[in-house]
Amino acid sequence: MVKVLLWGTLRSAADGQAEVEVAARTFKELLDELVARYPGLEPQIRRGVSLALDGKIYREAWFTEIGPDSEVVLMPYMTGG
Amino acid sequence: MALDSYQKRTFKQVGTRPNRPDGVDKVTGRAMYGADATAPGMLHAKVLRSPHAHARIVSIDTAAAEALPGVKAVVTAADFGVPEDAFLRDVQDHCMAREKALYDGHAVAAVAATTLAAAKAALKLIKVQYEVLPHVTDADEAMKPGAPVVQAGRAYENVPAGMSENVTHHCEFGHGDLDAGFAKADHIIERHFKTAATHQGYIEPNACLASVTSDGKAELWVCTQGQFFYRTLCAAILGMEASQLRVTASEIGGGFGGKTMVYMEPVALALSRKAGRPVKLVLTRDEVFRATGPTVSSSMDVKIGMTKDGRITAGQAVLRYSGGAFPNTTVDMGAQAAFAAYDLDAVRTFGWNVMTNRPKESAYRAPGAPLSIYGVESVVDELCQHFGLDPLKVRLLNAATEGTKSSYGPTFPAIGLKATLEAALAHPHYSAPLGTNQGRGVSCGFWFNFGGNTCVSLSVNTDGTVGVTEGNPDIGGSRASISLMAAEELGIPYEKIRTIVADTSSLGYNDVTDGSRVTFAVGLATIKAARDAIRKMCSRAAKIWGIDEEAVEWVDGAAVPAGPNAGKFPPMTLAEIAAVSAETGGPISGHYEVNADGAGVSFGVHLCDIEVDPETGASKVLRYTVFQDAGKAVHPSYVEGQMQGGAVQGIGWALNEEYIYGADGKLQNPGFLDYRIPVSSDLPMIDTVILEIPNPGHPYGVRGVGETGIVPPLAATANAVSRAVGVRMTELPMSPPKLLKALEAKG
Repeated sequence: MVKVLLWGTLRSAADGQAEVEVAARTFKELLDELVARYPGLEPQIRRGVSLALDGKIYREAWFTEIGPDSEVVLMPYMTGG
Repeated sequence: MALDSYQKRTFKQVGTRPNRPDGVDKVTGRAMYGADATAPGMLHAKVLRSPHAHARIVSIDTAAAEALPGVKAVVTAADFGVPEDAFLRDVQDHCMAREKALYDGHAVAAVAATTLAAAKAALKLIKVQYEVLPHVTDADEAMKPGAPVVQAGRAYENVPAGMSENVTHHCEFGHGDLDAGFAKADHIIERHFKTAATHQGYIEPNACLASVTSDGKAELWVCTQGQFFYRTLCAAILGMEASQLRVTASEIGGGFGGKTMVYMEPVALALSRKAGRPVKLVLTRDEVFRATGPTVSSSMDVKIGMTKDGRITAGQAVLRYSGGAFPNTTVDMGAQAAFAAYDLDAVRTFGWNVMTNRPKESAYRAPGAPLSIYGVESVVDELCQHFGLDPLKVRLLNAATEGTKSSYGPTFPAIGLKATLEAALAHPHYSAPLGTNQGRGVSCGFWFNFGGNTCVSLSVNTDGTVGVTEGNPDIGGSRASISLMAAEELGIPYEKIRTIVADTSSLGYNDVTDGSRVTFAVGLATIKAARDAIRKMCSRAAKIWGIDEEAVEWVDGAAVPAGPNAGKFPPMTLAEIAAVSAETGGPISGHYEVNADGAGVSFGVHLCDIEVDPETGASKVLRYTVFQDAGKAVHPSYVEGQMQGGAVQGIGWALNEEYIYGADGKLQNPGFLDYRIPVSSDLPMIDTVILEIPNPGHPYGVRGVGETGIVPPLAATANAVSRAVGVRMTELPMSPPKLLKALEAKG
């Protein structure tokens, strides 16, 4: 199981939890599992999210492997100028 | 060869300052910018724009315009479909109003004619019947119940029920117990801030030449930060297949994020398709201001608690950003970045996006971050003043470092903030004396940076030279930096390499030039493409020598036997291998594609000395120094240029630049005479101190540098002015009338 930290406005879609546990080995599995368990997260995940794995931020990287002790943080999709 | 992450090494070419490869073309006027493209039979286009801030389009009669001699096509929203995808629909609607004109300057029709004069004359013959609607241009006003609704039904699911329909997005970040944190403080300051929308202020107006043929193939030559993204958007809006639209990026006279979005390119393509002839569309400066860019405007409340010895106990920010007449999420970035420089037990940021009757926001260097950090750094500065503490030492005391849980969630890996602060503290600028009416401001800055989709091809020519093909317009010296990295990896002189920017049919997809990504991501792909070519050259040498490929390695631009057991052969240089490539297996090239991650966040610290004339309210920057962690500076002159450019644009944002709307909702200053950007004579030389803390996510330790530089100057300048005049300035820009008003209120 992987612990995923959600930002504040997503928590209402995850039963008020700041951190949820999902079974996932990769980012793709993690996002799919989040949507399956918490459908309220789907609109944001569809609009785009980034994921921080042990402090390193990824924008799109479905097959990035997640260790069971990794720190995983869901973040809005990064944009820049 | 699989050295993806940073490897410490002694550089031979990276870190030097060779002449820029585009220098001669640019100083001789030979460089081809957006408006320089021409084609046989080309038509000239002009756009009719709404004179109203908010109006329903009842009807558009184009008959008279179409009948005018010389006019070959007129288009309105009726010539486009209605995309299902909301993002694409907004992009299209911004290019051409569909049911409502949503801001002063919103395009409602366009004409292509044989001459510019005919096109202009035709615009006057288009009859648009408007039903003028109430408008709102201020974010705070737009949030109020009963405010005119810019667009109905656009709120995301995260907006609580009962709010104004103009509120489209809400976000919240942070951790810890705010109440407990504020309870520990010896003093709490809460301030309200407002910042005006600004424009990216690029010198070259948006321009393109579109040519659609009767068989459905199309070409677009355009001034852009991302030809591939422009292709994606234009093809989708025009209903074309991507392969049939080739987009070529011109040289670019500035973009800063503003040219990451289409504004009139789909319109030019639609006109060309209708007329069956090439169409050139060049915006005037007035149009650039009214219908491209700008940044978000903001209204913010920042509250910070501090102990008397300078420890921040809690921080909170409420940000209300308006990105114009369409939903956007730039406030996400501002809310995440606001407190990123600090190691806090209790921090919370709340963000709201609000629609107003203004043009659709476009990115501008580190979008969203300069504003929120201006608010936070202003309050930190005021707390330092309250306790009589040194503002740099307070920042050092509270600075985020490796292991800090960031205000936006992740735990920081190794970061360079403390080193940057220490460099500023030790710099002579910080201890230089100040005179009367002078103040010194300090601010930290932060930006995320990212990598993104990148594709590079590298070809080894038979004469021993090398061509590098990349897909990002050279907006900040990337051809030089890419050439340097290729030269370093291949071990041949910089002058032997020519890097070109490919069109969309010549290379795989590349993301827009944004996010400070190009030197990082394209550099990474170039290094890997060079390694791919090196592997092939080692293979050719092995065949010539009759030994195993694994027994050959690449040293200083030549293949050499890997060890004494590999055999005794003299080094075979790149030129020697290339010269016989036809005989040894054919052309040699390297290629690499990646969606790069690991760009590494970036921090900067700025020092600003300002003198304020108490009689006129005019501010003069006396001295300015930028300290920034750049990772490895590939071409230090360009890195310094990015740092200086960011600082100058931030100073302009702080002191003078603003979109000024009248009560009628019309933009009152759409020109550089009334929209005052800093020019060389306004400013001293911006001094720079580059800190080279290697980014572990790049083979050479490269970190993006293009955006962080614009983040600290708003607060550094505001803190300097506030200290100079003894009044806390909470509204940007701090133009002379506002400063005089503040001085008069102080008495």
